[in-house]
Amino acid sequence: MAIFTRAPKAEPILGQNRLVANLLGLLTWFIGLLFFFPLFWLVLNGFKEESVANASPTLIFDPTLDRFREVTEANAGLLSFAEAFGNSFWIVLISTIFVMILAVPAAYALAIRPMRKWRDVLFFFISTKFLPIVGIIMPIWIIARDLNLLGTRTVLVVLYTAMNLPLAVWMLRSFFAEVPKELIEAAQIDGCSLLGQLRQVILPIVAPGLAATALLCVIFAWNEFFFAIQLNPTGASTIPVWVNSQQKFQGQFLAGLSAASVLATLPVVVAGWAAQKRMIRGLAMGAIK
Amino acid sequence: MAEVRYEAASRLYPGSEIPAVNELNLDITDGELLVLVGPSGSGKSTALRMLAGLETVTSGSVHINDVDVTLKPPQDRDIAMVFQNYALYPSMTVAENMGFALKQAKVPKEKRNELVREAARILDLEPYLDRKPKNLSGGQRQRVAMGRAIVREPQVFLMDEPLSNLDAKLRVQTRTELADLQARLGVTTVYVTHDQVEAMTMGDRVAVLKDGKLQQVDRPRTLYSRPANRFVAGFIGSPAMNLVEVDRQKGGFSLGGVDVPLNDETTAAVAAASGSSMTVGVRPEHLALGSSGLAGKVTVVEELGSESYVHVSVSHQGSDEVLVVRSGGETDIERGDTVHIGFNGPMHVFGTDGERLGS
Ligand SMILES: Nc1ncnc2c1ncn2[C@@H]1O[C@H](COP(=O)(O)OP(=O)(O)OP(=O)(O)O)[C@@H](O)[C@H]1O
Ligand SMILES: [Mg+2]
Repeated sequence: MAIFTRAPKAEPILGQNRLVANLLGLLTWFIGLLFFFPLFWLVLNGFKEESVANASPTLIFDPTLDRFREVTEANAGLLSFAEAFGNSFWIVLISTIFVMILAVPAAYALAIRPMRKWRDVLFFFISTKFLPIVGIIMPIWIIARDLNLLGTRTVLVVLYTAMNLPLAVWMLRSFFAEVPKELIEAAQIDGCSLLGQLRQVILPIVAPGLAATALLCVIFAWNEFFFAIQLNPTGASTIPVWVNSQQKFQGQFLAGLSAASVLATLPVVVAGWAAQKRMIRGLAMGAIK
Repeated sequence: MAEVRYEAASRLYPGSEIPAVNELNLDITDGELLVLVGPSGSGKSTALRMLAGLETVTSGSVHINDVDVTLKPPQDRDIAMVFQNYALYPSMTVAENMGFALKQAKVPKEKRNELVREAARILDLEPYLDRKPKNLSGGQRQRVAMGRAIVREPQVFLMDEPLSNLDAKLRVQTRTELADLQARLGVTTVYVTHDQVEAMTMGDRVAVLKDGKLQQVDRPRTLYSRPANRFVAGFIGSPAMNLVEVDRQKGGFSLGGVDVPLNDETTAAVAAASGSSMTVGVRPEHLALGSSGLAGKVTVVEELGSESYVHVSVSHQGSDEVLVVRSGGETDIERGDTVHIGFNGPMHVFGTDGERLGS
């Protein structure tokens, strides 16, 4: 996977190219900061008083944790941060487990024992993502209603599993395809059953790939908003819906909303940062060596 | 104790016209080291993998110990295989790699460790038992792959170019060690290589394949002294046999204007064969530089120390043919010299179809 390849070591650059390289470096930093700035501002706003956040932009202010305290306070009848966090946690966890359980055998089949027309199968998986979700929310809503699933965590688990499955199959297939064929043959000759080959030989090699895939599924499920707001806007809903609920119809809410956004973003950032290093190291490791 | 038999075994890959292995008939006796040799794409690996059960046999059959294993999966054939890239399990230590098959066979842990240690001792791997394959040198990995095969005490060893990833010196050293180990263990072995020197030095018998067809199977010496056809003649031996296309003549042939007689038996065989041309082959050591004979110009002198190979361009049937002549070491012959070539050994004669007619 291109995203995870290790960056080549920088070679010293000589002469005229050096100026160009320095300019490019500067430009890169500039663009990087430009992208980072809104996030930075969001975090800053989270630590401001509402009046300061809504006044003309400033970097100098008395930082306070009050907004974080306010947004995480439970209000009777409204979705609280703790509830939303718990819901999100379970929905994300269970849907990701389902996705992996279903995607591993599918990817194994596609990569290691491909049948005829496996490319078409792979295309079918990814083609399910072509459909605009807005276009199919109506039938999904009706089905969910008829099954009495509206406003439940179950409906989101099912939908997030379905939503992430094609991506997971697609990604895992490419990791599985990198397992040297000879390793599987050696295991076969050594008398290893199909399940044994998968567990003892293949999975240890693709473990970093599994982790990368699972992480993406976690992130996508954590961030998902549209299904959640449409099918489950109430007490059983998730963090994005909770963030959205911090918009008030009256009064000032910019600082509070910023604080809520920071809280919603934090777990994903931490998970991504923690997993990144290991995954890169694992993936860069040649399997056959 | 195992014999291996291929009976008209063929493998046709889906989508290809000609079989990668074509009606292979081969009998391998118990304890023998049989080498499959041939140029790239000749079907050596395919033949080996058919025996391993990793490749479908499209027609014919494969037998181990008179049991038809054609349809058996690899794990039921009691074989061990050494792969070209070793295929060591990267997540397991050397000891775990070597003990993996035993673990699958539910050999108790004590017994397993004992067998692994014993194999490690034979292969000088004891200090590395706790390492992961990625922390081993190429030669050590190769030995681990060997160790993984020998701990199992299988009926048959299968090896597909197990030495080709080693450097030249280690390869030469390892091939004698490997042949010695095989002889000591006495396990029937099928060994694939594209290197004819490896084949000649290691094999009890050598089977030469070309385009999926078995050309000849025999002891190395016989392969060298009585090649069954033109292909084997050119493939076996280094430097290669000189092969020259000549016109038939009564009682012999003419090479570069010099008449060369053939013995009566060969003459009769030539007369009985169809076609008007034939190929004559002479090994470089059966040619000698002298003061009379076929005249030619030296184009290259390969000095190897104890001997040298002189490439001589002679004019034959209106074009230039290069003959390689073995000469002594420290020769003072130089490029551009005019020399004369005499015959001092057997000549091999092959008909229009390439089949051997005599010598
Ligand atoms: N999976 C496959 N599908 C189709 N054709 C194949 C396949 N594997 C091998 N072949 C073809 O079968 C023929 C024999 O291949 P094989 O690998 O047995 O050759 P080899 O003698 O081992 O060559 P090398 O010395 O290069 O390893 C080749 O022409 C090859 O292109
Ligand atoms: Mg091969």
